[in-house]
Amino acid sequence: MDFTLWDIVRNLLTGLQWTLLLSLVAFVCGGVAGLLLLLARISENPYLRGLARGYIELFQGTPLLMQLFMVFFGIALFGIDVSAWMAAAIALTLFTSAFLAEIWRGCVESIGRGQWEASGSLALSRLEQLRYVILPQAMRIAIAPTVGFSVQVVKGTAVTSIIGFTELTKTGGMLANATFEPFLTYGLVAVGYFILCYPLSLSARYLERRLHGPA
Amino acid sequence: MAYQFDFAPVLAQADLLLKGALFTLQLTVVGTVLGLAIGVLGAVVRAWRLQPFSAVFGVYVELIRNTPFLVQLFFIFFGLPALGVRLSEWEAAVLAMVINLGAYSTEIIRAGIMAIPKGQLEAAAALAMSRFEAFRHVILQPALAKVWPALSSQIVIVMLGSAVCSQIATEELSFAANFIQSRNFRAFETYLLTTLLYLLMAIGVRQLLAWLGQRWLMGRR
Repeated sequence: MDFTLWDIVRNLLTGLQWTLLLSLVAFVCGGVAGLLLLLARISENPYLRGLARGYIELFQGTPLLMQLFMVFFGIALFGIDVSAWMAAAIALTLFTSAFLAEIWRGCVESIGRGQWEASGSLALSRLEQLRYVILPQAMRIAIAPTVGFSVQVVKGTAVTSIIGFTELTKTGGMLANATFEPFLTYGLVAVGYFILCYPLSLSARYLERRLHGPA
Repeated sequence: MAYQFDFAPVLAQADLLLKGALFTLQLTVVGTVLGLAIGVLGAVVRAWRLQPFSAVFGVYVELIRNTPFLVQLFFIFFGLPALGVRLSEWEAAVLAMVINLGAYSTEIIRAGIMAIPKGQLEAAAALAMSRFEAFRHVILQPALAKVWPALSSQIVIVMLGSAVCSQIATEELSFAANFIQSRNFRAFETYLLTTLLYLLMAIGVRQLLAWLGQRWLMGRR
């Protein structure tokens, strides 16, 4: 069977959709989990804080590939048949939550102590302080690095091809084998990721400049 | 029926794991040294806007930072032979790591160079330092010292990222893990121990880089 250039591109676009979907799921779920993790990381309970710290250290200090294998084979231990898609979504969510929690912790800690003291003196509870005083200010600082990190999430999805999830890289691999055109195919795969990531990188840089430039 | 954990078949292959870990560290050392060399060159070219090289490095940095390491690796290992460039598994792995770290460190070190106040160079000239001396002691060293924490994190990220090199059969740590679990069918136990080994290596490399930074860049002995 002969492949035209359009056949290759068409198949890669299908793979690209899965890459995009997985990135979105991982980023949204990772964001929610990351927020909970952030609350634990800055809580007043030392055990909760230590637990969150250990979690972040574990996910920042090990390869994403190993995390993927751990989830893939770990869930199977409970006798649950886990699909590559589920394992990929869960592992990337855990990975994303650890990095986002750490980025956001930096933003929360950059808010002056005076803000905590002032809001505390207004008899706000800790959650209220966070909700009405600290997080709204921290969020402004957090937007640029968060958008910047989304690039890492999109790129991270490539690793899920290894456990057999048919996203962009896996599709590229299969096409390279079928067409004997690895140079062209992997080149196009790289272009696909670039098209997804470059706008995100540019917006992160733009947001960063707007935040630090003259108001 | 609850799952019975059994680490013995994995521990029996500990020498394979350690050999893999050692190879990962070797790849990391070579990748770091060459990658930082590219980074310094790129940062200087970018910071001083030496055209046309500055534009070339700009494109290189954006291309690498916006595509996955795994795809870069596949492109080098499977794609380049079409151009007559045939690399062995470990050569492709090192090249991919060097190119990857080179791009990130170009941006990181450039930020460090831009943060050096102009007056510093003028002061160096007033002290009759040669251009090279001034570059080395007044620009490069303080710039590297400023961004060393960011560079260290990036080096650790590249080391952990090298786990995917097992996919082109580079015989590093994750390759050893794949090999062991394919023979003893203890996938979870094998990957758990391997993950912990990576964690120890990440912590160790981070400590080592912090120590080296103190010694060489901050001038504390």
